[in-house]
Amino acid sequence: MSKKLLSALLILTASFTTLVACGASEDTASDSGSVYYLNFKPEVAELWNDIAEKYTAETGVPVKVVTAAGGEYESTLKSEMAKKGAPTLFHINGPMGYISWQDYCSDLSAVPFYDTLTDKSLAILGEDGGVYGLPLAIEGYGIIYNEAILDKYFALSNAKVKSLAEVTNFDTLKTLAEDIQANKDALGIEGAFAATSLLPGEDWRWQTHLLNMPIYGEFKDKGVNDLDVIEFTHSNEFKNIFDLYINNSTTTPTLLSAKGVMDSMAEFALGQAAMVQNGNWAWGQIADIPGNTVKAEDVKFLPIYTGLEGEENLGLPIGNENYLAINSQTSELNQQATIDFVNWLLTSETGKNEMVNTLGNIAPYSTFSDDEKPQDPLAQSLLTHMENGKPSVTWVFPMFPSQTFKNDVGASLMEYAQGTKTWADVESTVVDGWATQKALIK
Amino acid sequence: MEKYLKKQFAIFALPTILAFALAFGIPFLTGLYLSFCEFTTVTNAKFVGLDNYRQVFSDPNFINAFWFTVKVMLVSVLTVNIFAFLLALLLTQKLKGTNLFRTVFFMPNLIGGIVLGYIWQSIINGILVNFDMTMLMDSSYGFWGLIMVVNWQYIGYIMIIYIAGLQNVSTSVLEAADIDGATSLQKVFRIKLPLIMTSITIALFLTIANSFKMFDQNLALTNGGPGNQTSMLALDIYNTFYDTIGFEGVGQAKATIFFIVVAAIAVVQVFITRRKEVEN
Repeated sequence: MSKKLLSALLILTASFTTLVACGASEDTASDSGSVYYLNFKPEVAELWNDIAEKYTAETGVPVKVVTAAGGEYESTLKSEMAKKGAPTLFHINGPMGYISWQDYCSDLSAVPFYDTLTDKSLAILGEDGGVYGLPLAIEGYGIIYNEAILDKYFALSNAKVKSLAEVTNFDTLKTLAEDIQANKDALGIEGAFAATSLLPGEDWRWQTHLLNMPIYGEFKDKGVNDLDVIEFTHSNEFKNIFDLYINNSTTTPTLLSAKGVMDSMAEFALGQAAMVQNGNWAWGQIADIPGNTVKAEDVKFLPIYTGLEGEENLGLPIGNENYLAINSQTSELNQQATIDFVNWLLTSETGKNEMVNTLGNIAPYSTFSDDEKPQDPLAQSLLTHMENGKPSVTWVFPMFPSQTFKNDVGASLMEYAQGTKTWADVESTVVDGWATQKALIK
Repeated sequence: MEKYLKKQFAIFALPTILAFALAFGIPFLTGLYLSFCEFTTVTNAKFVGLDNYRQVFSDPNFINAFWFTVKVMLVSVLTVNIFAFLLALLLTQKLKGTNLFRTVFFMPNLIGGIVLGYIWQSIINGILVNFDMTMLMDSSYGFWGLIMVVNWQYIGYIMIIYIAGLQNVSTSVLEAADIDGATSLQKVFRIKLPLIMTSITIALFLTIANSFKMFDQNLALTNGGPGNQTSMLALDIYNTFYDTIGFEGVGQAKATIFFIVVAAIAVVQVFITRRKEVEN
């Protein structure tokens, strides 16, 4: 072989190694437009792929579903949006998410399913009055309890609380939790509450969901929906419930910083804890734990009592955080295709069936009749609470200034739990962090 | 031959230059431009001038992360290089099974940083649980945890570089030293060390750059906790970029500053150690 030929070959191979990396292909646009949904929940990734296939089989419109890894939604969205075939349907994280993505959200006030939204306050409105985000499902959280363990406790001769009907405020909840903790050996459990997971990244049940309670109280007292500066007037109530969780738990407080959400869900599923704070989305996790002992009919919600005034008459915190938005920077054709796809999900028989029975979503749209509701025990319990007439606690945490704020609060709570910080430090993290982070957005 | 190489240079270097431009040059320049912009995705940037840089210097987290990174860098560069050099000395002796040992010590380097971080997190927490503590109890636990992981991961790699250097030290020089009655310590400091300066340059450069850029191990081991006390620069940049609304540009500005600092330190280090290199 001549040297020239050899070098030519070398160059050829070398060029290939370079170019292979750039070979990703673009989807060719079809005449009917196409849908690209960036899914938020890894636990339902497979289900969405099936739904997409069914829709394509029915209508011929291509639907691509990509699921972001847990906790990576913003970063995935940022990189996907910069590409040529950007997502047409994506989620924004409440009003703060809207601020971040407003250049990409199209006005949904004219789409057919906006009219059927049962509660118009669930939508995200822009400053111009347009509708930029709509809920896909409403969700709720509270203290999930295992009725079998509670019944066993109520039957104890020395039980201080005799039935769940007595638990209507923080004081009774405290008596209940502390007495269960005291009798844990008799009940064959390891603690009243499952571990308060405080591992960084696993602390959202406290820095977001639990913190909702005092902030909701403050907003309500002041009659506002948002504040630039908060006083954290209900700090004591927040401390009440947090202390109750960490001191009556399966785990020593100093070890909580090593616990994740799955650890505490597993403790609950295995019957080692009587109660755990989480939302209706957690049913799948409870059911999927190998060797779980908790029965579906025993899993129910209790409102989170913190000592707020009038809490006897409050229901569960119910709301929506991740709103659907349609990409305004994609072609008209794709936008229309996306609207049609969502409309199909919310109005057609097949679509509604997927929403309710496959995804287990409680969709706040009037196209869903009363019997078209998910059947899992937590969703059922949520619906029971919604129907008993007590007003729900609003989700105000979508107004929390940023992920950094939440992470900092979580870190502070962790240090408080392990004794390296005082409650005053937690208070200042909340108040100062809120003020600083809110100021940054302005 | 020289002439032939010159003629062919363009053709042979082209693929690499192309790859470098595509995968490094263009993103780098885009990043530089974006550090002066406000943006959500890289395609909708608005120019805002030096605003982002002003924000960077008023951010206590960045300053914290900077000093923490410097501390990790200093300690890990020292420990990694000292241990790696000692191992290399040991494994260039005429011992049985040196090849096996070299392989074993090198192996941790083949495991990714994220996996290593999580494994060490479990190990360290598994020990601390006996004292009712976790690694997030105090930032010094996270610091020493990080040093341990870095040492475990890089010592084998740097050791290979030193072994290569030591094997190049010509036996005639060492034999001459023996005849002159040099002790083994004298041989190490007066002959071996000066003769492997080339390896030291590379080893120092790699360890300094790697400790500065460390991300996976930091993320997996402590994720910056408690608070942000154990966040290193790369993690801080990542958190700024993704977790604060409208702070993408500030994150980018931090990254630019980060680049300048790392580049400056690396260039100075290479310049200094290069001067000490001798022809073998």
